[in-house]
Amino acid sequence: MNAAAATPAQPEAEAAPYLALLGQMMRIRAFEEQARRLFASGQVPGLLHLCSGQEAMAVGVCSALRPTDVIASNHRGHGHCLAKGADPARLMAEILGCASGYGLGRGGSMHVFDPANGNIGTNGIVGGGIPLAAGAALSAQRRGTDGVAAGFFGDGALNQGLLFEVLNMAAIWRLPVLFVCENNGYGEFTAIETVTAGKSMIARGQVFDIPAEHVDGMDVLAVRAAAERAVARARAGEGPSFIVGTTYRYGGHHAGDAQDYKDKVEAEAWQKKDPIPRLARHLIERGLASAAHIDALGKEVEAAIEEAVKAAKAAAPPTASDLVRHLYA
Amino acid sequence: MPEARTDSYRGAVRDALALAMRADANVILMGEDIGEAGGVFKQTEGLFAEFGAARVIDTPISESGAFGIAVGAAMTGLRPVFEVMFGDFITLVMDQLVNQAAKVHYMSAGAMRAPLVLRTAVGIGASLGPQHSQSLHAWAAHVPGLKVVLPADPADAKGLMMAAIDDDNPVVFIEDRNLYTLKGPVPEGPYRVPFGQAAVKRPGRDLSVIATGRMVSIALAAAERAAAQGIEAEIVDPRTLVPLDVATLVRSVQKTGRALVVDGGARAFGAGAEIAATLAEEAFDWLDAPVRRLGAADLPVPFNANLESLILPDARGLAQAMIALVRG
Repeated sequence: MNAAAATPAQPEAEAAPYLALLGQMMRIRAFEEQARRLFASGQVPGLLHLCSGQEAMAVGVCSALRPTDVIASNHRGHGHCLAKGADPARLMAEILGCASGYGLGRGGSMHVFDPANGNIGTNGIVGGGIPLAAGAALSAQRRGTDGVAAGFFGDGALNQGLLFEVLNMAAIWRLPVLFVCENNGYGEFTAIETVTAGKSMIARGQVFDIPAEHVDGMDVLAVRAAAERAVARARAGEGPSFIVGTTYRYGGHHAGDAQDYKDKVEAEAWQKKDPIPRLARHLIERGLASAAHIDALGKEVEAAIEEAVKAAKAAAPPTASDLVRHLYA
Repeated sequence: MPEARTDSYRGAVRDALALAMRADANVILMGEDIGEAGGVFKQTEGLFAEFGAARVIDTPISESGAFGIAVGAAMTGLRPVFEVMFGDFITLVMDQLVNQAAKVHYMSAGAMRAPLVLRTAVGIGASLGPQHSQSLHAWAAHVPGLKVVLPADPADAKGLMMAAIDDDNPVVFIEDRNLYTLKGPVPEGPYRVPFGQAAVKRPGRDLSVIATGRMVSIALAAAERAAAQGIEAEIVDPRTLVPLDVATLVRSVQKTGRALVVDGGARAFGAGAEIAATLAEEAFDWLDAPVRRLGAADLPVPFNANLESLILPDARGLAQAMIALVRG
């Protein structure tokens, strides 16, 4: 259901779905900010890919899904996990390599699985989650449920051959799947234009007769509306959709990326489109929330994330006996 | 064990698929030409008619994407049996197999699993050339999280396939095209051959021959030749490389004091090397001679039939190796 279409008598009730989207985006931003700080102080092992700036994509799409619907995520996946219901304390524990993490601290940021919330994994292989999402859609279809799956990937995955194979099969089998491309302008350290042919990204879906649309990936309401259209088609048996959202990653490819390949002016221009203040302004303009209320929401969310981070930092590391567990089911 | 009838290796696998599909609606088949066409080697003949297009799914020639979809389906409730037409083509599904399916259970701390079977056909001897004749099972066996099965006869083929479909892990099931017409007694109805249980296919006192897949048939024929020279070879078929039944292999070597390992893959860094090294470590005290290892030549498998016939040891060559190992 489109939140904008609902006009209940109570303003609080009308505001609630918007505030939920706002709170969810704030939560992801606060989480990523904490992760960035922990990384900068040397507490996060390995690689860390943050999604600050891209929150509207994860929140917009996941808000159109049911808890039982499935997502497959990518290496920049903390936002997807949280938007699909992950516990921030367990997520951060996994990022820190602790035993209370989703994978006993043995997967890390790029390998987070939360099937209870329909999340079949962040992924260390660019494009790796795309067939998994389509497979979940095949499973829902063949088992006769009305479940839907969404696969998140970046613009870098647009040039993986795997994507084209899967788009073709999703189309011929009319799989209930959303292909969600988060175009943040860069595949690792390389601008998308320099490695990508073709005038239109959505043409890559259209060539398979898959309904495809561009969306402003900094506008959570626009993302959600596009996702709702796609989900409705999928549930109705009308097959896959392809959504390309234009967005931006503030922190570069990985935490600690100096981003010398970027233009400072460009980064500042994108910050002006930030999805969080944008929705906040929208709510204030429409009289759905006051600035004070939004401020309080932000503080509440930040405090909750701080608590979660505290819990994660206090968590025990895995023991040597955890090394050999779960190799086989 | 229920009554047995005579069936071919191909028919036995097909029987296992049909029984598993009747028992569990979540078992589906995916692959190229497996539907109405019934498979390029007729491995799925009749299954499309019985189970329909929803469960016997013809994929485009997109191994990587289609197998990736099978992995995602396995992670979310289905039990796909995915056919890779030629063993060589597992190169095309390696990312989905190695980086996704093999690690899901471990990375998710047991919260997710990928119960699927990748079945594929290998085989030297039909002039199929270097890109259609390789036996790459050692690649799969090298990846923790995968199980690897090489049935050598019809009864094992059926029971191992049923066990593979039951298994909650990704299983690589290697069939040999040369065995498809091999006939043997096959028990009626459903039964499982448990993984990790080697079978002594021929008892003998003078040496242990550990043979895999198609090499079991060749080793059995070679053993008859060696017997004519007074050498009694014990033929042990591991049946599954992962898990490997080290105990049965060691027990055989304890009895015979000699071990010859024969695998159909390229010899260098192959399954035979792993088994030979394991026996050297675990059975050293009982060995009266160094472990001997035979396999395919470390070459691409050539097209020309005369050259191709030189790639694998035949029964005669294998018998000579048996005799040489015993007589020193």
